[in-house]
Amino acid sequence: MLEFFELFQYKFFTNALLAGLLTSILAGIIGTYIVSRRIVFISGGITHASFGGIGIAYFLGLNPFLGAAVFAVFSALGIEWSAQKAKVREDSAIAILWSLGMAIGIIFVFMTPGYTPNLMGFLFGNILTVTTTDIIVTAIFALIIIAANILFFRPILYTAFDENYASTTGLNVKLIKYSMAVAVALAIVLSIRIAGIILVLSLFTIPQAASMLITKDYKKIIFWSILFGFIGIIAGLSASYFMDIPSGATIIFALISIWIMIRAVIFIKDKLNLK
Amino acid sequence: MDSLISLHNVSAGYEPNQAVLRNINLDIKQNDFIGIIGPNGGGKSTLLKVILGLLPIQKGKLNYAWKNNKHYIGYLPQSNEIDTKFPIKVSEVVLSGIMGSKSYFGKYSKSDKNKANELLDKLGLTEYKNNTIGELSGGQRQRAFLGRAIINKPSVLILDEPNTYVDKHFEGELYNMLSELNKEMAILLVSHDIGTISPIIKTIACVNEELHYHNSNKISEKVLSTYKCPIELVAHGHVPHRVLNQH
Ligand SMILES: Nc1ncnc2c1ncn2[C@@H]1O[C@H](COP(=O)(O)OP(=O)(O)O)[C@@H](O)[C@H]1O
Ligand SMILES: [Mg+2]
Repeated sequence: MLEFFELFQYKFFTNALLAGLLTSILAGIIGTYIVSRRIVFISGGITHASFGGIGIAYFLGLNPFLGAAVFAVFSALGIEWSAQKAKVREDSAIAILWSLGMAIGIIFVFMTPGYTPNLMGFLFGNILTVTTTDIIVTAIFALIIIAANILFFRPILYTAFDENYASTTGLNVKLIKYSMAVAVALAIVLSIRIAGIILVLSLFTIPQAASMLITKDYKKIIFWSILFGFIGIIAGLSASYFMDIPSGATIIFALISIWIMIRAVIFIKDKLNLK
Repeated sequence: MDSLISLHNVSAGYEPNQAVLRNINLDIKQNDFIGIIGPNGGGKSTLLKVILGLLPIQKGKLNYAWKNNKHYIGYLPQSNEIDTKFPIKVSEVVLSGIMGSKSYFGKYSKSDKNKANELLDKLGLTEYKNNTIGELSGGQRQRAFLGRAIINKPSVLILDEPNTYVDKHFEGELYNMLSELNKEMAILLVSHDIGTISPIIKTIACVNEELHYHNSNKISEKVLSTYKCPIELVAHGHVPHRVLNQH
């Protein structure tokens, strides 16, 4: 019995470590794209819309994250498409999508018997729900994202920076933007288990905010964000496990602590330089 | 001489049935230097987007002298169209102008990088090449974008108000540079300041929904009003000396 327990602990830590590493890589790469292109609000819309998919899939007895992925991808493509049609008031459309997804999700989760513990997990994240299958799926997706962002680093960067110009140089800007929209949607959904719907976007923005305190170069922001994200996620997950608090909340705390520490170091350095 | 780019009865706009530009005729030939003027909102930037193929036309014909226009046009967008806080390095911005002649993987060769470095030097940006564009002054940033537009030696160079935020000293240098470049490429230069660009341009296009072509680099208020192209011809006390000296 004791042995089994030790094994479980061991497995928990390897799973947590792997999930944390993969999530920080995904969030580092995709989050830098989100922050640089200033689509944080859009990404928030996609995240919350995906809850509708979770609710429906959960009600139908399917894998909730499959439902989330479908909802997220379609909202991401829809938003990218409507942005191209220019005249839609984008922010109100996103707000509607945001709340509609949450409403659908809540209705269906509540209509499913025995919902409560899982609802908490979806909303706030739960490290204990990370399975080996999740890790394998996330690993495959992370490999694709890494490869695509290395191979097509410049087309992605140029399109994010100035899509009109990129298009005049012959890049297929539409293909790049739609592909990235799908990547954003899937990266967010794959991180929901760890941080939950409500807090997941912080994984994609706080490490970047911290990184941008020390560098302003796209590539380096990715690098530092992965590092800070990994430290924050592992610290947060451990705290979550030992204190029995939803992992989303502890991770955010850890990430913000990193941001504060860097800010403080810079502040002190500036003070010393002044003298 | 054959046209590099020609527009024949082109109408274009952002909404169906709502033309911002109407019946535009324009031929761009080798070594042309066309100053594009007109009131705010008259459609100057829109015309450039049509020429660049960024905005589909609603009516008429748009022809290029080459099969695929992507590698032949250099473009400096109006400054409000660029996110200056985007985390991208100056050298990367200039290099991005070569993208058109590269594969999708965008690997740059040693000679590409040398070309970029030479250009950065010419533009006085060498010491800033590893800075991000947000760390530059407005004028330095415009130079970086000029570098991006010309690094690939385009046949047509299109500039949308490049003198925005540019200090008077560099404005003169910019115009000298454009005169030099004009020997190798046609140039379209949008400006709200006809007085300053008059010495370097060869012809004028007034754009206010319609386009009126004026086959000279000087224009009077009276002609402008017959073109329905109301812009103010303010007297220019401090035109950069270098520009004046040249002509
Ligand atoms: N992306 C856009 N969507 C809709 N309308 C636009 C867009 N860009 C410009 N316009 C409109 O087209 C007209 C011409 O604008 P523009 O070409 O920018 O003028 P200019 O460059 O001469 O100041 C204006 O009425 C402007 O409001
Ligand atoms: Mg304009």
